[in-house]
Amino acid sequence: MSHDITHNEIGHDHHDHKPKGFVKRWLMTTNHKDIGTLYLVFALAMFILGGAMAMVIRLELFQPGLQFIEPHFFNQMTTMHALVMIFGAVMPAFVGLANWMIPLMIGAPDMALPRMNNWSFWILPFAFTMLLATFFMDGGAPAGGWTMYPPLVLQGGHNVGFLVFAVHMMGISSIMGAINVIATIMNMRAPNVGYLNMPLFVWTWLITAFLLIAVMPVLAGAVTMVLTDRYFATSFFNAAGGGDPVLFQHLFWFFGHPEVYIMILPAFGIVSEIIPTFARKPLFGYVSMVYATAAIAFLSFIVWAHHMFSVGMPLGGELYFMYATMMIAVPTGVKIFNWVATMWKGSMTFETPMLWSLAFVVLFSIGGFSGVMMALAPVDLQYHDTYFIVAHFHYVLVTGAVYGIIAGVYYWLPKWSGHMYSERLGKIHFWWSTISVNVLFFPQHFLGLAGMPRRIPDYSTQFAEFNMMSSIGGFAFGLAQVFFVYIVWKTVRGGEKATDQVWDDAKGLEWTVPSPAPYHTFEEFGPVDLDKMAHGKIH
Amino acid sequence: MQQNKQTVKNNNHKILRRGVLASVLMVGFGFALVPLYDVICDITGLNGKTGVLAAENVTEQNIDHTVVVQFDGTVNSDLPWSFKPEQFSMEVVPGKLYHTEYVALNQSKADVTGQAIPSVAPAKASIYFSKTECFCFTEQLLTAGEKKQMPVTFIVSPDIPKDIDVLTLSYTFFNKNRMTAEQQVAGNASHEEIEI
Amino acid sequence: MKKAQMKFMMLITGLLASSMAVAEYGLNLRRGVTEYSQTAYGLHTLTLWICIVIGVLVFGAMIVSIFTHRKSKGYKAEQFSHSTVAEVIWTIIPIIILVVIAIPATKALIQMENPTDDSGKRMKMDLTIKVTGYQWKWKYDYMEDGISFLSTLDRDHNIARQKGSNIDVNTIENYLLEVDNPLVIPVDTNIRFLLTADDVIHSWWVPDFGWKRDAIPGYINEAWTNVKTPGIYRGQCAELCGKDHGFMPIVVEALSKEDYAQWLAEQKGEQAEEAELVQTEWTKEQLMAKGEEVYNAQCGTCHQASGAGMPPAFPALAGSEFVNGPATDQIDLVLNGKPGTAMQAFGNILSETDIAAAITYTRNSFGNTAGDVVQPATVKSMKQ
Repeated sequence: MSHDITHNEIGHDHHDHKPKGFVKRWLMTTNHKDIGTLYLVFALAMFILGGAMAMVIRLELFQPGLQFIEPHFFNQMTTMHALVMIFGAVMPAFVGLANWMIPLMIGAPDMALPRMNNWSFWILPFAFTMLLATFFMDGGAPAGGWTMYPPLVLQGGHNVGFLVFAVHMMGISSIMGAINVIATIMNMRAPNVGYLNMPLFVWTWLITAFLLIAVMPVLAGAVTMVLTDRYFATSFFNAAGGGDPVLFQHLFWFFGHPEVYIMILPAFGIVSEIIPTFARKPLFGYVSMVYATAAIAFLSFIVWAHHMFSVGMPLGGELYFMYATMMIAVPTGVKIFNWVATMWKGSMTFETPMLWSLAFVVLFSIGGFSGVMMALAPVDLQYHDTYFIVAHFHYVLVTGAVYGIIAGVYYWLPKWSGHMYSERLGKIHFWWSTISVNVLFFPQHFLGLAGMPRRIPDYSTQFAEFNMMSSIGGFAFGLAQVFFVYIVWKTVRGGEKATDQVWDDAKGLEWTVPSPAPYHTFEEFGPVDLDKMAHGKIH
Repeated sequence: MQQNKQTVKNNNHKILRRGVLASVLMVGFGFALVPLYDVICDITGLNGKTGVLAAENVTEQNIDHTVVVQFDGTVNSDLPWSFKPEQFSMEVVPGKLYHTEYVALNQSKADVTGQAIPSVAPAKASIYFSKTECFCFTEQLLTAGEKKQMPVTFIVSPDIPKDIDVLTLSYTFFNKNRMTAEQQVAGNASHEEIEI
Repeated sequence: MKKAQMKFMMLITGLLASSMAVAEYGLNLRRGVTEYSQTAYGLHTLTLWICIVIGVLVFGAMIVSIFTHRKSKGYKAEQFSHSTVAEVIWTIIPIIILVVIAIPATKALIQMENPTDDSGKRMKMDLTIKVTGYQWKWKYDYMEDGISFLSTLDRDHNIARQKGSNIDVNTIENYLLEVDNPLVIPVDTNIRFLLTADDVIHSWWVPDFGWKRDAIPGYINEAWTNVKTPGIYRGQCAELCGKDHGFMPIVVEALSKEDYAQWLAEQKGEQAEEAELVQTEWTKEQLMAKGEEVYNAQCGTCHQASGAGMPPAFPALAGSEFVNGPATDQIDLVLNGKPGTAMQAFGNILSETDIAAAITYTRNSFGNTAGDVVQPATVKSMKQ
């Protein structure tokens, strides 16, 4: 695996040389911008696919009674919706943003390991082909929930093998992406860029990458045990053979809890870039932001069993996991307060990226509040596995992670494409999404509190009104994202030329290169102008 | 500049090697959690599995409070047996050895091997509950229609906290014949046809 | 709990109830009917209000900032970028708030795991009920009294919930929350639940009791409750357990102690009667009537009410060679299950009478023409 810096050597004379032909340009690319684009396009496709599954779910839940699909297919939908959204949409979108932006933000010519970069992307389409192929098999797709708890997951027939190998491939892809990010950040910064000069997006991704390397292998190990339990008569999780199904839950959530931070920390980074730009004011408490991110990452390793309060742990264990979980509110709170302090006494304008970021702060906080409530083990015995948790994690993942990604896309799209998106369409997209997403998820809090369990295809008539409301919100939100695809498409194809600076006063090295960003940037690999960086001088 | 690029490249590869090594180690860590979990469960009684005690290590002591021990037998629906304790509950003095029996009956027309898995509720009581003799240590073969007494000898530790005044020893009998690899695969494949 | 704290909690609870009057509309958590559920409700209310207050402050500051510190109003940005004092304050204050929440939460958790009675002493067990989760029904064992029965989704509900049933589910009372045999318990009794499962993990949850607890195959879990108010309480399985996870409700009927004693006596009588009935000769009509009932409750989920099954997983009984073949083979299969398939062994789950009736029903329904009758005594003899 040799490092492909040769690009730069050839590329010296004619600056923007791109390989000709689809295969050379995309299949064999080692260019961080092209790979970033591939990741983002893939993520968008998966977002639409996962969204379509969500529409099927909301359609069936529109009214009590089974109208459209059978319960078994419903379970396949919920399971695959989660897997596609988590591993197909949110994580690849962040890797795509990392690919595009990290080298541009730290003055690096490319990612550190460009060929591996190509490989880590191109594994993904194969992984998802394998996973989605199960829909066409006897017995259908995995239907045991994305959490894959045995013994239920083992009843899935032969989709178990496909599921496990698909997860393995996604894991390998993520780990390679993470190693690449770490090598790039630690090794490829322009010579005069220190760690504490790095933009927050780079910082959050560095920490995320360490989380990925630490936990994806544990998931790989856990699903491998599921595989051997299924096909080779081992008994890791089989009580009859002396195993313990609860052990899987411990292993899974040892991965699963850091995983939820993997899906939110880069969004924190994006928002921390956007708010200062549109408040025309430096980010408040840069260093404490870095520490808070690291603290959240550390805490994420020691709180996993808060997903399992109902399995019957000893009192001491429950108390410990409750306290540790509550602690996460402190660094998360610091972040939110810092964002508000960044806005305070700024000179704000409200372009589309800023609107998404502001909505992120508010709606993610709502998800954070329900998170604190669920940290309390005694009440979690009520909230657990109801629509309350469904509302909670959609607030942190949709209006958190996805909002962060969309904000980032609007913020950097002019740099990528060289065209300004339509501010009017962007605002319509924002308000349409934000109103509908609340109609979609807010009533789910009430459903959960009233006693509606999650993952059920049909429900008692007392839950009918809120489910209908939620479904209407869901359809509207789904349609809004199709509109988003249109806006992106339109912007890429043409529109008002973007300036190099794009946003007045925006800090960051990415704004020092032309728009659209040329195929090769920072080829000289020398010192950069620290004055152009948000944290080049101050702390 | 060329020199510099070579250094960068070498460093990149160093990070790559370390990253790969770290991932491999973490896979190992994942698997190491399996025995680690057993150890933690032994110490804390996390999952309610019971301890084993050699009979010669038992020293009887007199304690002034008693504990109600309930006996429960569950038969997994894969196993065509009936399985019940002789008596439902017993008041025991911690530190003394007690003996009880379960009765198992093979109701089918075939020989079947079963394996009993013990579990104690509340889980925190499990570390204070030890068996010196138990049918759960080995697989049990019952011929068609065979009835068998299955003895258990146990002791509740004198260290048991006073707030535990009732605990349940529950056995679940599973069908061991269903545990071979081939049948396991078939057994889990719910979509495969029942040959009727 | 100290008096002052109690008053504070009640004040907050009262505020919520009066200002929103939400409980009746199913917007808020249920108060429930056990001491524990009330504690959980109080804690929920306390935390909710703390979150609302913090939310109002933080979002309020944002809104003020958004409306005043904007470029369109000509506001000039200041350039401060940190303040140690502010950062220390907003680290410390959340910690204090969390401690304030953690204290009652710790107490509540201790109450859940080491429940105490009204006098503050460790709860003494009066009654042990074992709950076993099956795909997709519950089995209840009254351990002291030796009574045992299955509890499945009520037949009318089961028919209505099928896709294409053309039944307006709004016309069905407590849709999906009704069972054939509810769990009956006495009030003011310390009940110790033991929970386990047969196939996959289930979770037993009655919101009015304030907790859910997982039922895990091979393991036994414990949870306590003491219901204060007679009534009917409904819940559902809370852990995804396969196809019909949404269709295994829980109904608990809490009776006064006298009514419970009477119910218990009836049950014991019925089970004794049942044992006697096994020995008696049943007519075909009797078996068919009972068989239809048993079949729809126990077999219809997979083999369908029409006997058409859902091949390949659940084969059709209608027109099946096997069902129209020798009765003894069918009895053996139902008693002992079919290795490697979803067909359970029903020998320990259903009574001999139920099995005999269900088999008779399948052999003479859905166009099947075996024509014979399977007597409970025959089933009993084949069990040994």
